[in-house]
Amino acid sequence: MAEVSLKKIVKEYEGGVQAVKGIDLDIANHEFVVLVGPSGCGKSTTLRMIAGLEEISDGEIWIGGDVVNDVPPRDRDIAMVFQNYALYPHMSVFENMAFGLKLRKFPKEEIRKRVDEAARMLDIVPLLDRKPKALSGGQRQRVAMGRAIVRNPKVFLFDEPLSNLDAKLRVQMRTEIKKVHQMVPTTTVYVTHDQVEAMTLADRVVVMNQGIIEQVGAPQELYHNPATRFVAGFIGSPAMNFLPVQVLDEGGLKIQTADGTRLAVPPQKVDRYGPHKGKRMTLGIRPEHLTETRENAKAGVQQMNALVDVVEPMGMETLVHFFVDGVAMCARVDPLTIARPGEILPLAADMNNMHLIDDQTHKVV
Amino acid sequence: MSATTADQARARARNKSGSLRRQHQWALWGSYTALSAFVIMFLTPPFYMLMTSLKTSAEISAEKGNPWIVQSPTINNFVELITSPSFQRYFFNSAWVTTLVVIISMSIAILAAFSLSRMGFKGSQAIATGVFLTYLVPPSLLFIPLFQIVGWLNLLDNTWVLVLLFPTLAVPFCTWIMIGYFGSIPKELDEAALIDGASYMQILFQIFIPVALPGIIAATIFAFTVGWGAFLYPLAFLYKGEQLVLTVGIVSELIRGDVFAWGKIMAACVIGALPPILIYTFLMDYYIAGLTAGATKG
Repeated sequence: MAEVSLKKIVKEYEGGVQAVKGIDLDIANHEFVVLVGPSGCGKSTTLRMIAGLEEISDGEIWIGGDVVNDVPPRDRDIAMVFQNYALYPHMSVFENMAFGLKLRKFPKEEIRKRVDEAARMLDIVPLLDRKPKALSGGQRQRVAMGRAIVRNPKVFLFDEPLSNLDAKLRVQMRTEIKKVHQMVPTTTVYVTHDQVEAMTLADRVVVMNQGIIEQVGAPQELYHNPATRFVAGFIGSPAMNFLPVQVLDEGGLKIQTADGTRLAVPPQKVDRYGPHKGKRMTLGIRPEHLTETRENAKAGVQQMNALVDVVEPMGMETLVHFFVDGVAMCARVDPLTIARPGEILPLAADMNNMHLIDDQTHKVV
Repeated sequence: MSATTADQARARARNKSGSLRRQHQWALWGSYTALSAFVIMFLTPPFYMLMTSLKTSAEISAEKGNPWIVQSPTINNFVELITSPSFQRYFFNSAWVTTLVVIISMSIAILAAFSLSRMGFKGSQAIATGVFLTYLVPPSLLFIPLFQIVGWLNLLDNTWVLVLLFPTLAVPFCTWIMIGYFGSIPKELDEAALIDGASYMQILFQIFIPVALPGIIAATIFAFTVGWGAFLYPLAFLYKGEQLVLTVGIVSELIRGDVFAWGKIMAACVIGALPPILIYTFLMDYYIAGLTAGATKG
């Protein structure tokens, strides 16, 4: 087990295309860090550079206190779980899990002990004699994890391990991975494009976009205090609503939407947003902070009217889609609320949870 | 109303499935007819060869009687051939030449294909294309320049010349099949092995060769066919009896001037055809799987 440090890591391909543009990241011992971002953001390239499967164009990677830039993958003492499992098809489950140990010339009894232990942990003991083709997707992924666990490496690397599984199995395996990390708290770097996976698994989430790190933080911190418009929009489902507004100071600080609706800024945010009065900015507000109106609304909740476009009943809640001056918005309302397309629905906007985003820097103020 | 609609839908579905069945039957009939024509066309010469090999010289030269049926079967042709020291020599020469050609060709092809498909060095794509292009040059054009080279090497009329030359025919195609097959193995497999601690040679021998076995068998069969069945190069480069291989030996031993020992020629052909037939019969499934992978994923 070890800490991992990335110092000014750059990956440049032939033709000058930079997939990773000088990122810095320190991962503590035992920490579970998830790299998340859209396709092409550089997260998988970063993971592959940590694994030694991609050469580093510039910068340094440290694993357990050593620079590993020129160390081949087999000498980095890491284990990796791939998206498509990458099990050796001609070997049994036991042989797959034992392969790395055999190559490292472990005694037979030790190999047997470690494989049995990992198989018990992952509940795959009855599968040890089977070939990978006789396993389901979930079982294959467990074997892939088992192959990583038996090595007892310094670092676990996961490259979108759940992407090939169906939605139900994905949720189940997510819990399994979390459980395994609780039992074997090895430093883990996990790559996914699924922000739910990132939020549920990570001690810290690293949001990447276009080869740079947008923000690093605990899941809740990222959710409630996003640093940039990208993070605010990427984390959370349905995504945060963004609405062009103007900051006004007319009998208190207010923001005005394009259709003329004025919403008062709650007192605790006045100091922060005050310097921006007169500016055109973007309001960010999550769907769960646009709800049905309630009696005895708490301070800071403002009313706005929405012309309903589409209603999506989800069971435990209903999503109401509407437009404000051509901008698509979404509200999360109580399932008992009556909302019909084409009708006006009064909504309560909880401005205590509003965000203001600078249109020039795309940073959350 | 809804019941009527459901009935109509069921009737439509029945009609549709009926027409699908009819189409399927026509396709089956078409396939069987075409396949039967091909089977007859391709099996007629071997059948004639087998029938003739079982006839006496008198029966072969008789003008009367049905040439497709053996009146008084005999295995004399086979016995005489098998006990003939020169035929034994030709068979033995063919066997060791083919074995060496297969071993040499496959060793080169597997190593070349692995490095070209997996090690990703500069120019590997161009070299892979070049390997395939060399296969497109007809051997009948090459034997004249090769004659010069073989002359310089002082290998004319020496069976070892075939061990040197046959791989030039077998290696490009075998490499091409293996590149296709290795290319179909997911890249993550070698990456997983690299992380597990394997060297490139361990990846090749412990992962790639077992996983690509169907492709290797397909390529091996091709190399075997090249070594066993080639006629032009042995004819051009070998002259003396003790150096000859089966294909040329049959012709030079059993055709003297305008006298053709048809019974023995056909028996020799049957014996010569046995090893490939046996190999193809046992490895056919692998052969087809290997060729398909090479063709579609190469």
